[in-house]
Amino acid sequence: MSFEQTISTRGRTWFEALAGKHAKLVPSVPSVLVADTTLQKDRVRFLAVVPDSGNRFPCARQGQVGLQEGWNLAKQVRDAIQADEKGEKRAIVAIVDVPSQAYGRREELLGIFLAAAAATDAYVSARLAGHPVISLLAGHAISGGYLTHGAQSNRLLAFNDPGVMIHAMAKKAAALVTRRSVEELDKLAEKVIPMSYKVEDYAKLGTLYKLIDGVNVDSPEAKHVEQVRADLLAAIADARSGQRDLSSRLHGARKHRSATLEVRRRLAEQWNAG
Amino acid sequence: MSQATRLDPRQFLARKSFIELNARERAQALMDQGTFRELLGPFDRLESPWLPMQGVVPQADDGVIVARGRIGGKDSVILAIEGKFQGGSAGEVSGAKMTATLDLAHEDATRGRPVQVVLLLETGGVRLQEANLGLEAIAEINSSLVALRQHVPVIGVIAGMVGCFGGMSITASLCSYLIMTREARLGLNGPEVIEEMSGIEEFDARDRQLIWGVNGGEQRHATGFADDLVEDDVEAIKKCIIEAFGRGLPSKHRSERVDDYLKRLAAIDVSHQLESGALRKLGWKEESL
Repeated sequence: MSFEQTISTRGRTWFEALAGKHAKLVPSVPSVLVADTTLQKDRVRFLAVVPDSGNRFPCARQGQVGLQEGWNLAKQVRDAIQADEKGEKRAIVAIVDVPSQAYGRREELLGIFLAAAAATDAYVSARLAGHPVISLLAGHAISGGYLTHGAQSNRLLAFNDPGVMIHAMAKKAAALVTRRSVEELDKLAEKVIPMSYKVEDYAKLGTLYKLIDGVNVDSPEAKHVEQVRADLLAAIADARSGQRDLSSRLHGARKHRSATLEVRRRLAEQWNAG
Repeated sequence: MSQATRLDPRQFLARKSFIELNARERAQALMDQGTFRELLGPFDRLESPWLPMQGVVPQADDGVIVARGRIGGKDSVILAIEGKFQGGSAGEVSGAKMTATLDLAHEDATRGRPVQVVLLLETGGVRLQEANLGLEAIAEINSSLVALRQHVPVIGVIAGMVGCFGGMSITASLCSYLIMTREARLGLNGPEVIEEMSGIEEFDARDRQLIWGVNGGEQRHATGFADDLVEDDVEAIKKCIIEAFGRGLPSKHRSERVDDYLKRLAAIDVSHQLESGALRKLGWKEESL
C-alpha cells in the first residue's frame, strides 16, 4: 500500500456496544458483522463492515468494502427482507466506518461495481418494503465504500467528532486527481462546503437526521451507548412514519442545496409541457 | 443476448459513429425523427453554483441532457451525460437532473403511463469539485433507479470513449439491461487510481492491454456484466435499445442475483492475480449456474 492507513476499530466498537450482550450473531464472513437484537420493542438487524487481516482479497484487509463485503451485505439485508415479508419489518442499522472501496485488479475483474450495486439494491429494496434503514456514521464514510454501505438509509446519524469523515474520495487521492496539494484542498474546503472533510460542514448540507454531540466515539461509556440507542430508536420511529424514499434528506436542502430544489421544481413544470 | 458481429468494409463505411457525437446529438440520434424535446436545456441556465467559486467555467446544462421523445414509437426519456464537460462527472445540478427525471418517470409509470428510460453513461463518477454533493447525487440516482426499475426496465448504454467509472459504475450495474461497445470501459476504480492506491504491481495504468482486458466492453460482455455488445453505429445502438425494451423487465435483475454471485466468488482461487481470458471461461455470462 502506498498510502499508510491506520486500521480503525470504531465499526466493531459500536457494533458490539449497540447490539449488546444479548444479541444473536448471524453467521457471515469475518469482515461483515451481523447481529439481530431488540431495542425496547423494536427488532433491529445491525450490520458493520470491519477490517479482517485474513481477508482472501488482499486489497480489502483494512476495512475497505470489496466484493465479499458488497455481496454479503446484500445477502444479509435480503435475508431480513424475506424473513419479515409477512410480518413487521425490522429496522436495519448500518454502522459505518469504511475507509473506501477496495482498490484492486481482482475486484475490477470480478465486478466490484456489481457487488456495490447488489448491496445498494438490497438497502433500497428494504426501504421500499417498509423497513426503517438507518445509518450511524461512526468513522470514515468514503466514496464507493459509503455508497455500498450507508448511503441508502432514510435516516443518517453521525457523531460530531473529528474522526468522522464523509467524502467522495480520500484526501490524498482527491489531491492527486484534481492536481491540487492537500493544503490547497483544505483551503478550498473552507469556502466550498461540499468539499469539506469536516462533519460539521457536512451537516450543513442538510442530509443528516442528527449530529450526535458529546460522545466518546473511540471508547464509549455506558451512558453514551444508551444515548445513541435512544437516538436510533427515535430515528427508527421517524422513518416508520415517513416516506420510503430519500426525500427526508431534502428537508434541510434550502440553504446549501437550493440548486437541487430548483432543478426538481422546473423539471416537473417542463415534464408534460411539450 | 446479442453480440455485435464485425462489420464488413462496406458496412463500416456506411455506419454513422455514435461515439463521435456529443451528448445532445446522441439523444437526438436515438429519438424517432422529429420527436426530440430537451428539458432544462441551456436556455434554462441551470448551472453548477460550485464551479465558479473555484475558478472553473460552468456549463449551462451542467453536462446532462434530459430529452423526451419517442424511441421505436414509444414514449421515452433519455439522460445523456456529456463526457467532454468535466469528464461527465456528477455534480449537484447534473445529478439532480437525473434523479428528478427518474422520479418523474416513476410517477408516470405508477399512473399507468410507462416511459422508456435510457441512460447514456460517459462519466468518471463523482465531480470532485462538488465532492459530497456529487456523492449524495449518486446515492439519490441509485435509489430512484431501483424504485423505478420495479415498474419499467431502465436501459444503460456505455458507448465510449470516457467510459463509466466511480459511483456511476454502480448506477450502470443497477440498470435492467446494460449495452456496451468495444470502445467502452466499465469499472469502479479507474486504473490510475488503483495504481496510486495499491501500487503498480497491482495495476499498471500504462498497460493498455491490461486495461482493456479488465474494463473493456468485450470483456464485460463476455463475463456477463453487460448484456449486449454493439458496434459503434447509431442505427445498431438504437436497434439494440428497442430489442432490450422488447424483453420487458428481467425476471431477476443482475444486482438481485446474490446467491449466484456468492457461489461464483467462493469457487474462485484469488490467491494470485486473475487473467482476463481465464475469467471468460468460467461461464459467468450464462443466465443461471
